[in-house]
Amino acid sequence: MDGGGKLAPVETAAVPPNVLRRTRHVADRVGDMALYGLTGLAALSAMLIIAAIIYKVADGAWPAIHHFGIGFIWDGTWNPVIGREAYGARNFILGTLVTSFCAMLIAAPLSIAIGLFLSELAPNAIRGPIGSLVEMLAAVPSVVVGLWGILVLGPYMRVHVEPFLGHHFGWIPIFSGDAQQSGVLVTIVVLTIMTIPITSSICRELFSGVPKELKEAAVGLGATRWEMVRDVVVYDVRGGVVAGVILGLGRALGEAIAVTQVIGNSLGPFHLSLFDTGNTLASQIAASYQGAATNLQVSALVYLALILLVITFTANLIAQRIVHRFELQRTGAS
Amino acid sequence: MEPISLQATGGARRRLRINRLAEIGAVLAALVAVAALSILVGSVLVRAIPALSWDFFTKGPAVFGESGGGIAPALVGTAMLVLIATAMALPIGVLIALYVSEFARPRISEQIKLWLDVLNGFPSIVIGIFVFALAVKTKVPIIGIGHHQSVYAGGFALAIIMLPLVSRTTMEVLALVPNHLREASYALGVSKWRTVVSVILPTAIGGIVTGTTLAVARAAGETAPLLFTCLIAGQLVSWDPSQSSASIPVTIFLDSEAPDRHLNQQAWAAAFVLIAFVLVTSLFARLMLDRSRRRLTQS
Repeated sequence: MDGGGKLAPVETAAVPPNVLRRTRHVADRVGDMALYGLTGLAALSAMLIIAAIIYKVADGAWPAIHHFGIGFIWDGTWNPVIGREAYGARNFILGTLVTSFCAMLIAAPLSIAIGLFLSELAPNAIRGPIGSLVEMLAAVPSVVVGLWGILVLGPYMRVHVEPFLGHHFGWIPIFSGDAQQSGVLVTIVVLTIMTIPITSSICRELFSGVPKELKEAAVGLGATRWEMVRDVVVYDVRGGVVAGVILGLGRALGEAIAVTQVIGNSLGPFHLSLFDTGNTLASQIAASYQGAATNLQVSALVYLALILLVITFTANLIAQRIVHRFELQRTGAS
Repeated sequence: MEPISLQATGGARRRLRINRLAEIGAVLAALVAVAALSILVGSVLVRAIPALSWDFFTKGPAVFGESGGGIAPALVGTAMLVLIATAMALPIGVLIALYVSEFARPRISEQIKLWLDVLNGFPSIVIGIFVFALAVKTKVPIIGIGHHQSVYAGGFALAIIMLPLVSRTTMEVLALVPNHLREASYALGVSKWRTVVSVILPTAIGGIVTGTTLAVARAAGETAPLLFTCLIAGQLVSWDPSQSSASIPVTIFLDSEAPDRHLNQQAWAAAFVLIAFVLVTSLFARLMLDRSRRRLTQS
């Protein structure tokens, strides 16, 4: 209040803004400029890091790209014997796509149902606690999920689940072969657990954002709750639901640690049986972290990383563009 | 006269049945998620408790073949990694959030948000490879970081993972700071930077702290970026961040793959420590975030 007394109010109103600016403290002018520059620089540096990641990975893969060319992508060999080195990504790409898509096949309907339960069905008293539990599932580190996968889930699958599936559905090629402790099926279950919280929390936010008037109108017209959900709630945000599923898929595609622990890291061709061991792009990189002997092998591994980056980057960019249209409250769960 | 029946018949009955089925399906799906979490945490708890002891927290890993031993070097390593990562990610993350909420034009801030979310979706193993190529394998050593794995390199990789989390949460909270506070400050003739320092940041501090806590919880459990940047570990506690050090996630990873029951048990106990830290901090952070969100939207 004291400071205001120095200026007569009438005069202040008459002074043009540029004169006001000249009378400001030097510290304020410098401070504003510095803050603007500093924050802008920080934002720029984040964008530069993204560019640098892409550049550095492409740069590291360059010797392998030069050596193997684009044919690397569909070449099925991985032979690290020095002198007869030959590398190809086909088995890893196949493994990545099969495990991730199968996981999403299970996780997507479950996540949408969880999102609906939390936004439409659950009584208020349990909505908060169950929502927190699902978010806590997202916080469990992947290495712990992998540990559980290799030491608890794997043996259980080998003794109980896989013999059962083999006995009853053995005529389907994907359920044929011997039960194993580590393999594609265990990986699919682990990835399902890891992607559910991502997709379901996005679905929940989307469904909660559907205007109440629309829902009430549907119920008022005599729709059952299910019909209201199907024709109004999910329909209204269908694009966002697809994006949420793609974001879950992105997480599954890029997961390295848990997959390495449970998939068995075979270097042979990818088998049709889900009981068999396999390998993915990310798990092959993670499994070879200390074994890479030659520069060519290191470069081939970085080539795998580049392919992985291109796949996840594309999936993410598409999904995020859709999700951003919905302006969700995001807390970094995904 | 026959009383009017309220019992649904025919088509209406079928619709109600389908409705019921759908509701049961949704409840079951939620139960699956809760069951998955309980089984996970339960398995860790049951197997970890026998291995937990005072020695487990204070000693280094046992010599090969012997029982006992602990994860003290890994605890120290993870603490250093997370500290370094936070020291890098927190200031830059907050500055980016300030740029987006106070300076940038809407179109630019939309783009920055989008690309931060895309960065958040980068596979963490790719970030590990990036830091490996940049800081570990480089021909130009940057103040002792070059040429070999180190806690600095690992911390830098974790910082890249934390950055989008910190800055997106901070943005969210800054967007909730009521505009009338900014206007009141400008109306008093206060400059923009003073407004940011003494009005906006103090109002949003709760949200910034929770965002950072969430990011710390995520970074503490990340393994993939450390495989190439901070893997080699000694048996003793090391406080030197220019050297590579053990860390809890890498210990779990290596011990889980070892064909040795004793090491497996060490992995369970380490997983218990990690999961307890991560779940408690992230739960706490989420509660805090809800609170500050509510407080800011009410005022």
